[in-house]
Amino acid sequence: MSSLQIKDLHVSIGDKEIVRGLNLEIKKGEVHAVMGLNGSGKSTLAKAIAGHPDYTVTGSVLLDGEEMMGVEPDERSRKGLFLAFQYPNEIPGVSNANFIRAALQARLGEGEELDAVEFYEHLYEKMDLLGIKREMTSRSVNEGFSGGEKKRNEILQMMMLAPTYAIMDETDSGLDIDALKVVAEGVNAQRGPNLGILLITHYQRLLDYIVPDIVHVMMDGQIVKTGGKELAYELEAKGYDWLKPEAELAVA
Amino acid sequence: MSSPKANIDIDRSVGDFHYKMDYEFDAGTGLTEKTIDYIVDVKGEPDWVREFRKHALRVFHKKPMPTHWASKDLNNIVFDNIRYYLSSGTTPKRNWEDVPEEMKQTFERLGIPEQERRFLAGVEAQFDSEAAYSNIKKAVGDQGVIFVGPLEGLRDHPEIFKKWFGKVIPTSDNKFAALNSAVFSGGSFIYVPPGVKVKHPLQAYFRINAENFGQFERTLIIADEGAEVMYMEGCTAPKFETATLHSAVVELVALKGAKIQYITVQNWSNNVFNLVTKRGLAMEDAEIKWIDCNIGSRLTMKYPGVVMKGRGARGEVISIALAGEGQHQDTGAKMVHMADNTTSNVVSKSISVGTGRATYRGLVHVPKHLKGCKNNTECDALLINPNSRTDTYPAITVRGEKNSLQHEASVSQVSAEQIFYMQSRGLTEGQAMSLSVNGFVNDLVRQFPMEYSVELKRLIDLQMEGSVG
Repeated sequence: MSSLQIKDLHVSIGDKEIVRGLNLEIKKGEVHAVMGLNGSGKSTLAKAIAGHPDYTVTGSVLLDGEEMMGVEPDERSRKGLFLAFQYPNEIPGVSNANFIRAALQARLGEGEELDAVEFYEHLYEKMDLLGIKREMTSRSVNEGFSGGEKKRNEILQMMMLAPTYAIMDETDSGLDIDALKVVAEGVNAQRGPNLGILLITHYQRLLDYIVPDIVHVMMDGQIVKTGGKELAYELEAKGYDWLKPEAELAVA
Repeated sequence: MSSPKANIDIDRSVGDFHYKMDYEFDAGTGLTEKTIDYIVDVKGEPDWVREFRKHALRVFHKKPMPTHWASKDLNNIVFDNIRYYLSSGTTPKRNWEDVPEEMKQTFERLGIPEQERRFLAGVEAQFDSEAAYSNIKKAVGDQGVIFVGPLEGLRDHPEIFKKWFGKVIPTSDNKFAALNSAVFSGGSFIYVPPGVKVKHPLQAYFRINAENFGQFERTLIIADEGAEVMYMEGCTAPKFETATLHSAVVELVALKGAKIQYITVQNWSNNVFNLVTKRGLAMEDAEIKWIDCNIGSRLTMKYPGVVMKGRGARGEVISIALAGEGQHQDTGAKMVHMADNTTSNVVSKSISVGTGRATYRGLVHVPKHLKGCKNNTECDALLINPNSRTDTYPAITVRGEKNSLQHEASVSQVSAEQIFYMQSRGLTEGQAMSLSVNGFVNDLVRQFPMEYSVELKRLIDLQMEGSVG
């Protein structure tokens, strides 16, 4: 039961169905990559799993066997799900440290208070690991951050919140190679038997640094092929076109 | 994009309780000359006050309701249904032990005696028409600082009181200033002698307990040359089905080089019409700063002002307004420059939730013959829902080439994506909205004394938590 299991997931926005009957199971300790072209439904899948309110969703999302359909996004987060955003939002006037602190505080019971000293020690340790300057604690969340800073900040939040399943939506986009290495190191440091990771990307490049156990190819809202890490290289070499007949088959 | 859902129920329940009282003095319902005679007789005021009040009543009747520019909701005030004076005596107690039980319990529930012990130089606690308690720390009193109600002020310190009373805000200023001048009761009279800097704040707490009641406190603060004082006021009322009226007049006088800071955290229940006139007169090199937070009430109309009469005088208004479901916060500032090298600064931030409406009205006046005057005005509005409303009515007349003016305004909305982002980190929708709103006002709140910034944050949290389903 220790898995994030997605069963026959359909996701629509308005009349448009974007994810069309998708099945996926990420066991704790595994790293899966979902690759696909723009418009294949990857980001919609990520946001739907996290509980975005704009979508009409049917099917099943099971977090260690517990049904998440109908559960608010914040409760999913507190139960151990994390989404690293492709485009993280800005929160003017709220300092990064206070934001992370509030998120951690939200995990405590009534009357429990986060230990401020421990919190900062922990925060600084993770920031050092990700090469994030101290001044970022007092800057407003993501406001005026470069693309790379925003992505590092997502990984920092992931490290601080210590989820059991993390979905990383295009975490590599907008990163230069040095930043990509730092981010990958951060993710790899988290990797282990207590964390399942779903990497969403459309470049093979990220997978050189975070090596997946399993690679899925997504097309038209479905997984059309699943394989080992070598599948990523195959995609890099051959593109996606050769999978089209399989996509059509999957629809039929 | 959908928007965060918000429903009607806003919980600011901390002040929502009341006690059944037998008032010893009750002027009855409605307002006539007899009402005024009753108030004057109960208080034992001199004849000039009786005349002042009766004149004001005539002005009040003559003035039209300002509905040609302000909310038509004003027409829902039924002056004949209101009780204008309710008290159990006109002399405030100096010890909490002597305060009548129900009143004492009220203020204890609101935490006033505790605040007094912790950080205040003096406290006055008004219950309906009169202060139940008033005390100033001995060390502060020994410096010559006077902190009493207007009745004691006009009776025991007539030479200072009469010099400034009604001079900053004349009776005819507006309909509600006239109403206050007719029936005023309670409030503070403060005098700080030359050069005395009062270290800790003086605080007044205004409590409405009775239904169908009008509270009309009158405050006059005079800081003599080089003196400094900070005054804070808080207010609450229980929620009744019928409308309650609160109409205060506050006059500040900062003589040469003096500094007055006046802080309000207004948390009236949502049935209160809060129609208040506040203005300060700043002489040479003096400084007056209003920090005005409006969280509660049904309709608030309040535009704190500074008249900069002496060279180098400074005026500042920091305004935070939170208009929840069904509320209208009509707030702003008036800056009147009357001497060279005077500077004024207005920063207003408003938040509209649900059908709440926030209106900013600003007046800046710099006549042509002056030089070296500066004004900076900044007003930012945050909308929580698509049906929330904000309006801005700046009236700026800056003449002459040797004066400068800056005006900035912005409107932003809390987006559903922003809320989703915060929720995906484990914060509930209410916590997420609270955090956004606190972030929006953060740069202003940092200017507050600590105790008040904590209080304001708590009120915003309550309001935002209560605004989601």
